[in-house]
Amino acid sequence: MTIGPNSRRTPAHIARPKPAERGARTSAMIASLDAEGRDTIAAPFGHALVDLAKTRSDIVGLTADLGKYTDLHIFAQAYPDRFYQMGMAEALLMSAAAGMAREGFTPFATTYAVFASRRAYDFIVMAIAEENLPVKIVCALPGLTTGYGPSHQATEDLAIMRGMPNMTVLDPCDAVETDQATRAIADYPGPVYMRLLRGKVPNVLGEYGYQFELGKAKEIRPGNDVLFISSGFMTMRCLDAAAALEKDGVSCAVLHSPTIKPLDEATICAEAAKGGRLVVTAENHSITGGLGEAVAGALARNQVHVPFRQVALPDEFLDAGALPSLHDQYGLSVASITTRVKGWLND
Amino acid sequence: MGEVQGQGYIGQALGSADVLAVSYFHAMRYRPGDPDWEGRDRFLLSIGHYAIALYAAMIEAGILPEDEIETYGMDDSRLPMSGMAAYTPGMEITGGSLGHGLGIAVGMALGLKRKKNDAFVYNMLSDGELGEGSTWEAVMGAAAWKLDNLIAIVDFNNQQADGPTMDALATGPGTEAAKWQAFGWHAEEVDGNDIAAVVAAFDRARNLTDPKPRAIICNTKMCKGVPFLEEREITHFVRVEPEEWAKALAHLDTEMPE
Repeated sequence: MTIGPNSRRTPAHIARPKPAERGARTSAMIASLDAEGRDTIAAPFGHALVDLAKTRSDIVGLTADLGKYTDLHIFAQAYPDRFYQMGMAEALLMSAAAGMAREGFTPFATTYAVFASRRAYDFIVMAIAEENLPVKIVCALPGLTTGYGPSHQATEDLAIMRGMPNMTVLDPCDAVETDQATRAIADYPGPVYMRLLRGKVPNVLGEYGYQFELGKAKEIRPGNDVLFISSGFMTMRCLDAAAALEKDGVSCAVLHSPTIKPLDEATICAEAAKGGRLVVTAENHSITGGLGEAVAGALARNQVHVPFRQVALPDEFLDAGALPSLHDQYGLSVASITTRVKGWLND
Repeated sequence: MGEVQGQGYIGQALGSADVLAVSYFHAMRYRPGDPDWEGRDRFLLSIGHYAIALYAAMIEAGILPEDEIETYGMDDSRLPMSGMAAYTPGMEITGGSLGHGLGIAVGMALGLKRKKNDAFVYNMLSDGELGEGSTWEAVMGAAAWKLDNLIAIVDFNNQQADGPTMDALATGPGTEAAKWQAFGWHAEEVDGNDIAAVVAAFDRARNLTDPKPRAIICNTKMCKGVPFLEEREITHFVRVEPEEWAKALAHLDTEMPE
């Protein structure tokens, strides 16, 4: 073994094709998730919180210098006296949220997923989770939703949060679900970690008559050949992949499981146990410790023996770049899912 | 309690006993039979391993029954070795992981202000916790939010697990108050084993009118009151032999009659 610079990267002295020749794209750091022509709804979390606050004086909002980037600024504008700017201080953000919860309030604490899961872990564990306090930790930029590279890509946040006793972990799909889930967790008496899609958020589940229920996985689309079990925006990717695969005669069901913990093992195992379908989990997260491994564990514990594959990010620190390119590169795009599912079916 | 285990954070307990006595028998508002009374002053022990000292104070205050002393640190006890809120009436937070208390205190102080509750939040922290970055996040946050209902009590005994705190990151007696003042706090240093001085410092902290949080840096002596323990070199975690307990108790009884 040699010790030296990270060999994964192309050394600077080796010529690379110019970006334009590679068809490279760029995207802004704070771009909304690519909606690919869908309807969008602006800041569903912020607006839902404002709506809740009208009747609930216990709701307060805290952030660590990321109010504008977690849609909490909508709440801050509507209720300035219930908004607490904690500065660039995530330990304080979580501890102060715990203190306010102890005094009877329902704090929504927002930051980026990397800063909550990595930097503030001990503070979430000891001040919030161990005490089972009703603090709602709502985090933007989960998984691969920015091209800024590992400093901002929380590819392991679900694994980290799943490991924490008492913590409920949510990965909503779209604007409709973000709105519904925000209202549901406000009523839930314990701590919650919720991944946030912010800015202009696609509107997908509305057309399916979907209703979020904490702890429940729901079938969005039936199908006979493949059972996608997905969370977060990967559910919309699976729905698009299912439509594409249908044209090739492959029938895909999509079971959306926004609650990563506690996982809806009963529904997932019952759907998988119907048999005759390739089970494919799809998540915007590392292959280690997220939805896929949670589902695999549930299937194994319940003696459900079925063909099983995972669509997930690799267990690597990811590249920086444009988000659509990165989703292609790391297998989260509709085209990538479609190609791989066909391959797996022919294995 | 320490005798049951034969060892423990006895040095810290003896060193901070005077400050706890002033807290519970001079400064704080509480109802012994109703530890969750909304009007109580909140006392947050971020140094969870000092729990033995706080249990003693709460037993004296009538918050905890005296006969539970014997269960300290045992299975199924409400008095675990490190202080935890879920176990013990009157214990406001789970401490032990250092650098947490003051941040939670900031949130509680903000919450009390929202409720227009005039109670104080006291956070007792240790000199070792001044090395934790999170403590300084909370110091800044408290000043930014003008939390005049928050009083930090720093037990400065100059001992942390690996040796003197002043060999680590803390700047030490004589300079510590200036650091807090520079961060926007009222801060003063006192001899934490001089009851009259501590009483006066608590009175000043409670009666200031400036919208600033308050810090009292209490310079204390580990194992205070038991000379043969005070002389020990390593006092972070003290083992006391069975025959020494009697000697220690006899000395305390002589020096501090009822």
